[in-house]
Amino acid sequence: MTAVAASDLAETGTGPTINESRMERSERSFARKIVIPAFAVAIIVTQIPFLATIYYSFQNWDLARPEARSFAWFHNYAAVVTNGAFLPALLNTVVIVGSSVIVSLVLGLLLAVLLDRKFPGRAVARTLLITPFLVMPAASALIWKWSLLDANVGMINWAFGLVGIPPVAWNTDFPGMTVVFVLTWQYTPFMMLILLAGLQSQSGEMLEAAQVDGAGPIRIFRTMTLPHLRTYAELAILLGTVLMVQVFDPVNIMTGGAGHSKTLSYLLYERAFIGQQVGEAAAYGVVTVIVTIAVATVALRTLFRVFTEEGGGGR
Amino acid sequence: MSAEVSSRVRTRPRLTGRRVGGLGITVLTWVVVFLFFFPVLWMIFTSFKTEQAAAQFPPSFITHLSFDRYATVFQRGMGLYLANSAALSILSTVAVMALAIPAAYGLSVRRVGRWQDLLFFFISTKFMPVAASIIPVFLLLRVIGALDNLWALGVLYVGMNLPLAIWMMRSFFAEVPYAVVEAAQIDGASYSRELWRVSLPIVAPGAAAAALICFIFAWNEYFLVNLLTAVVARTTPPFLGSFVDGRGQFLAVLSAASTIAVLPVIIAGWVAQKRLVRGLAMGAVK
Repeated sequence: MTAVAASDLAETGTGPTINESRMERSERSFARKIVIPAFAVAIIVTQIPFLATIYYSFQNWDLARPEARSFAWFHNYAAVVTNGAFLPALLNTVVIVGSSVIVSLVLGLLLAVLLDRKFPGRAVARTLLITPFLVMPAASALIWKWSLLDANVGMINWAFGLVGIPPVAWNTDFPGMTVVFVLTWQYTPFMMLILLAGLQSQSGEMLEAAQVDGAGPIRIFRTMTLPHLRTYAELAILLGTVLMVQVFDPVNIMTGGAGHSKTLSYLLYERAFIGQQVGEAAAYGVVTVIVTIAVATVALRTLFRVFTEEGGGGR
Repeated sequence: MSAEVSSRVRTRPRLTGRRVGGLGITVLTWVVVFLFFFPVLWMIFTSFKTEQAAAQFPPSFITHLSFDRYATVFQRGMGLYLANSAALSILSTVAVMALAIPAAYGLSVRRVGRWQDLLFFFISTKFMPVAASIIPVFLLLRVIGALDNLWALGVLYVGMNLPLAIWMMRSFFAEVPYAVVEAAQIDGASYSRELWRVSLPIVAPGAAAAALICFIFAWNEYFLVNLLTAVVARTTPPFLGSFVDGRGQFLAVLSAASTIAVLPVIIAGWVAQKRLVRGLAMGAVK
C-alpha cells in the first residue's frame, strides 16, 4: 500500500555520489543478494495478499454460498457507505484512539518529567513503569475487565467507594471507555519512553545557563523543554496512533463490539469471519487501508525527517 | 543522546527548601509508579488467593496464600499452549533475525542501490493494517489445509516482525565505525566475513535486543492466532479467555494463568529495556 508513498518520500534523500567502480559493483551485487530474501518475504506476506484483498473487494462472494460468486463492480463499496455500520465504526475508532493517544501522551509526559531527575530507586521505578507495555494485551484486557473494572468485585469501584463515589457498571454501561482505559494504561509507558529519550537529549549546559540567567523551572520547561520535545511528541503521537488504529484484542475480549466500542478492525472481523461476506469485508479492508495511509504518510514523513537529521548511515 | 538514565549529570543548587520540595516530588513519583504498576501487582497477588477470597468484596488483603491455582492452570492443559507459544515465538524470531541481519547490513554498511526506497518500503509494511491482508491469507490457508498450523502462523509472524527488526538492526549497524569495516577489507576479508565476523559481533547487544522485542511481539500476538488456529496450534493469549466462566468463580485461576503468560515477556522486556525505546520508535530515537 504505502510503497508508493515511501518511494515518493525517499526520493528527496541523497544517494551515493561516488562514481561506480568495479569494487562498488561487486559491493552492490553482494548487498542485493543479502537484501533480496527479506524483500521477497515482505512482498509475499504483505503486498500480494493486499492485492488479493483489492480483487476480492470487487467480487460478490458469500462464504456460505461460494458457487454464487460474481464480479460486483463498486457494489461492495456502496454497501460500505450505505449500510450504516462504517461511519459509526470510523467515529468509534477516532474517539477511542484519539482519547487514548491524548491521555497517554499527557500521562507519559508527566511520568517522563518525574523520571528525568535523580531520586532513590529511579532505575526500579522506570522498570516498573514500562511493564504495562510488556503485559500481553489479552491478559491486560481480561484482568482489567474482571479484576479491576467489574461492577461487583472490581478494585476501581472499591477505590471509588473509599472516597464515597457510588459503584459504576463499567463493562455494561461504558464499554468504549473500558477499552480506552486499557489502551491508555498500555501505551503510557510507550509515550513516556520516547519523551524521556527526548528530555535526556536536551543539552544540560543550556539548561544550566538559563538557570544562571535567573529563569525559573516552569519558565525553562515552557520555553525550552517543550519546544525541544516537539519532534519526540510528534513521533510518539504518530507511532502510537498507527499502532492503536489496529486495536482488536481489548475490543474482542472486553466488549465484543458492544456500545460505542466497535472499531474498524473489529467491524471487518465481524463481517468477514462471522458474517462470511468476503467481498464486503474486503471493501472494509481497502477503506481501512486508505484511512491508515493518511495517518501513515504523515508518520513516515516525520520518521524520515528524524532519520535524515540523524544522518542515516555509517559513512 | 543516551538512553541510559544515569549517564547524565546535572548539578543542582542544594538549598534546603528545594530538598524538601524534591522529597515531595519523589514521594509523588513513587505513588504514581505504584498506581501504574498496581494492576500487575494485583494480578500476581490474586493468583495466590483461593477463589472464594478472590471474589470477596471488599477485597481481602490478608488471606491464606498458596500455589494451588497454578496447579489448576496446568491441570487444564496450559502446558501445551505455553509450548506452542514458545516454539512459535522462538522459531519466528530466529527466522526474522536470519533475514533482518543481512538485509539491514545491505541497507546500511554495504549498500544496495535505492537503499532508502527499500528501507521505507520495509517500514511501510509495518504500518499496513492487518485488515489489508487477513482475508486472502485466511482463505488461502483454508484451501491448502494450513489452518491451525504453527508453521503457517510462523511465516505470518516473520512478516509481522521483519520491518521492526530491519529498522532496529539498521540503526545499530549505522553506528559501526566504517574504519573497522574498511580495515577488515584491507586485510582481505570477504564481504560475508565482514558482516558475520567483523560487524555482527560489534552490534551483538543490539541484535539481542531486537530479537527480544520480536519475541515479545510474537508471544503477545492475539489477532492472528485467535483467527487462524483452533486446537493444535493454539497459543497462550486466546487460551487465557477460556478461564472466564459464567457459572463460577474464576478470578484467582485467571490471574494465575495470566501471571504465567506475562512473566517471560516482562522479564525479557526488563532485560532489554535500555534498547526497547529505540525499537519502539523504529530506530528514530536512540
